[in-house]
This record gives sequence, structure tokens and C-alpha cells, in this order.
Amino acid sequence: MNEDTLLSARGLTLHFGAVPALVDVDAELWPGEVLAVVGESGSGKTSLLNVLSGRWQPQSGVVWYRDPEGKLADVHAMPQPTLRALHRSDWGFVHQNPRENLRMGVTAGGNVGERLMAQGARHYGRIREEAIAWLGQVEIDADRVDDLPRTFSGGMLQRLQIARTLVTHPRLVFMDEPTGGLDVSVQARLLDLIRSLVARLGIAAVLVTHDLTVARLLAHRIMVMQRGRVVEAGLTDQVLDDPRHAYTQLLVSSVLQA
Amino acid sequence: MNTGYNFAYLDEQTKRMVRRAILKAVAIPGHQVPFGSREMPLPYGWGTGGIQVTASIIGADDVLKVIDQGADDTTNAVSIRRFFARTAGVTPTTRTAEATVIQTRHRIPELPLREDQILVYQVPQPEPLSRLESSRAETRRMHALSEYGLMHVKLYEDITRYGHVSISHDYPVMVNGRYLMAPSPIPAFDNPKMHMMPALQLFGAGREKRIYAVPPYTAVHSLDFDDHPFRLTRAPHACGLCGATDSYLDEVVLDDRGGRLFVCSDTDHCETRRAAGHAGPDALAAE
Repeated sequence: MNEDTLLSARGLTLHFGAVPALVDVDAELWPGEVLAVVGESGSGKTSLLNVLSGRWQPQSGVVWYRDPEGKLADVHAMPQPTLRALHRSDWGFVHQNPRENLRMGVTAGGNVGERLMAQGARHYGRIREEAIAWLGQVEIDADRVDDLPRTFSGGMLQRLQIARTLVTHPRLVFMDEPTGGLDVSVQARLLDLIRSLVARLGIAAVLVTHDLTVARLLAHRIMVMQRGRVVEAGLTDQVLDDPRHAYTQLLVSSVLQA
Repeated sequence: MNTGYNFAYLDEQTKRMVRRAILKAVAIPGHQVPFGSREMPLPYGWGTGGIQVTASIIGADDVLKVIDQGADDTTNAVSIRRFFARTAGVTPTTRTAEATVIQTRHRIPELPLREDQILVYQVPQPEPLSRLESSRAETRRMHALSEYGLMHVKLYEDITRYGHVSISHDYPVMVNGRYLMAPSPIPAFDNPKMHMMPALQLFGAGREKRIYAVPPYTAVHSLDFDDHPFRLTRAPHACGLCGATDSYLDEVVLDDRGGRLFVCSDTDHCETRRAAGHAGPDALAAE
């Protein structure tokens, strides 16, 4: 594999009984790059995300991750403490439903500060300052820092989840339909926000979505999946403007032209 | 003492099992060791864990003191003391200085303990993370991996909402820099006494079937933030009977017109001081 790839997957295969979720999937991710995984529901997008992030074990295949020191590690052979530490610091996971990730009984500040405290931050004032700074980055007013997430709107919850995930400056973020379930105007704002944060902080991201518009706005490269197979992959504009595979052509043509 | 029961009520095999758990607990300070908790002739919540630990370590020549909320004369303390006087024939005492084994609920005696003493705590909930994480499988994993950030989230929330950490009892501690431990519902006031205590501290939770321990001279630190250090809370009064200004106080309501009396919660401490001639502002009125 290449000198500076951040994440590299080879021959990932996963079946649920007779149902193929992943069939011989390869993927590469470079630092600072956003890779979109698109496909219809049931095509294996989320399975790929779960396997890449080490949450699920593939039946065959391997995922390599290059840590900040440049050492390669097999994600599925890592001891659990290492993997969990990775998920708390170097990696982030943004869920479609922010309620899965947030602690709903804990204030916004506590939610953002949790990863800092898990890493050993023990200064209340500084944790709070950092939390307020991050709320600002995701366009949540500083005076909401002591409010419970249940008083937040859906879009704010999603932004709070992003602040909570990015507070430790991860190098790699996995996003599972980050704009799903939001109305169109909120989606547009959130996409804008994610795009600027990812570009400014140089975060690499694997973005799972069924929405080609999201992929076009955020991703540098795109992978199209169908029934567990990658049917087409390449630069986003290339794939979306000149789709080669019949299934990709179908996907692209099904998007309403503005 | 002839009761028809084995010495100290429990049969020898059970006591060996409990002792094995205790040895393991002492070897891994602050780690919760599961044990086969037995049915005891008292309800869960009344000290079934503490009584099993005491029964396993007590010998015929031991001197036993039992306190409940610091007092030797409450129902729980009196019954457990009588239980061991009948089943083990040990000498009961109310004097902290004379006791070799002290079983306690909710307090650590004011008098500093010595190397030849053992303090046995009755523990209702041994898992300090129980209110934050409901899955025991997950809390065990958190202990194994030393992932205690969640406990600090709780402290963060307290400071955010109340301006200070509002945990008044069962204040979580780190034992030997490794394990997060629930010190049983002792007031946070008693937490510093656990640090580098010369006496062995054993914790028994009967319903939850866990034993854990703090060996003598082990570091025990209350969790806090650098800019919000752990602070003792104590009623700002002197004991009404003995005049002590450094002991933990109980508030006793005297009448329905607002009359109240603050007295030492540790009755032995208070009596010892009064016998030595100390007197508080309400000493005469009480007699």
C-alpha cells in the first residue's frame, strides 16, 4: 500500500447467512480526504463503515490504519483497549441519530467535554472554555452551554454531536448519514458547516450516504455500492458527471435536476 | 454462647470462600471481587455483606465494635453486636481504641485507627459507576480499561449546575491510582481518613455479592478537578455536648419550635471527650 495512506482495506467480505453485505471490498483513504460511500439502502454501506471502524469483524479481509507515528496497525487485530482509545481520541463517529451518541441527561458543555475528560483533562475551567469554543465552531450560541440536549432542535443536536466528536481533533471521522432526518434548509447549513470544518481541520472522513447531492458537496472521491460490491469508484465529479456502470447511471439519473 | 451454630454462624467452607475473596481483594486494591454471598438471618440492606466479612475474619479473642451512622446504640449496631456475641462469643465493645474489628455502616470513627485494627464496611452498592452506566458488563470493561472519564462528566455536571460537587456521601475515590471505588455511603467528610490508613479496610456487599478492600497504607484520593479541589463539608457548629469543632455532626431536632442540637455522630468520640472534661454549650441542658 501507498506510503501515506491513512486507512486501507483489502478484500473485505461479510455475509449475513446467504445475504452478502460486503463482497471483496477494497478501499483507500488518504489524510484530509473525504470518501463518500453511496448506494441504495441494503447495499452494504453501513456494514462497510462498521467494519472499517473496527466495530464489526469481517469474515475475511484486512483493514490497515496508519497511526500518527506512521506505524501500520491491523484494526481487527488490535487489542480492545487500543481500539477503544483510538475511538476516543484519533477517530470519531457521527451517527445519523445524534441521540445515539449524545448523553441526553448531560448539558451541552458536558457532552462536548466528555472526550476531553476521558483523555485525562482535569481542569474544569479549561474544559468549559474548550466546550464553548467548539459550540461556537458549530454555530451554537455560547449561552446554550449549560442547556440539556433535549431542549435543542434536530439540527442543533446534530451540530452538537459533531462538536463532541471533533473536540479531540480526530484525524479520521466516520459519518453515517449525518444529514439524514433533517429538513432541507437545515441540511444545507449542516453540509456547509461540515465542509468548512473538514477542510479547515484537515480531517479525513468516510461518509456514508444515499444522497448524491451530499456526496457531491462534501466528497473528494466516491464509491458506489450495490449488493455488497463496489461497482464504481473514482473522483466524485468524474463518477457523477460520467457514470460508467449501469447502476450508477440509474442512481445519477434518479436525482431530480434543479 | 451455645447456639447450635458453627463458630461465627457461617460454616467453615463458606468462611474459606469469603476469605479467598478477601485475599484477592487485598491483592488488587479497589477491585470488586465476586463471592458467593449467603442468606443471612437479617434482610438485605441491613449489613449482610459486612456481617459475612466479619464472620470470616473474626476470632474468639477479637474485640468487636459495631457502629451504625457513627452510633453504637442503634438497632442495627446492637443486633449485629449481639449476633456475634452469641455465635462467636467475642467481647463486644463500644470503645474504638479497644476494638480489633470494627464493623461500620456510613461512618469511619473519628479516632485514627491503628495497624492492628480492621474496619469492615457494609456496602449497599459497590459499583461507583452504577448510576451513570446501567450495564454491569460495560462497567466491568470500564474498570478493566481504567476508563473513568464518565465519572468526571458527573462531577462536571454538578459544578455546572450547583457551582460545586454536590455528592455528600459515597463520594467516588481512586484507590492506589488504579481503580475507581465506591467508599460505601460514608460522608465525603470521612474520605480523607481512608488515605494511607494504617488499618485494613474491607468492604462487603451482600446483595450485590461483591467484596473489595483497601490494604493498609494505600493511597485513596477523592475525585476532583484541578480548579475545583475536593473540599470537606461539615455543619459549621461545635458539638453541643462535647464542644468538638472538628468532628462530623448530626442535627437533632428537639421540638417543633425550631429547637435543634448538633452532636457528634461518633458517639464513642463524644463520650470520650466528655469523660475527659470537654463540654459543649448544650451539655447541661441535655442532662
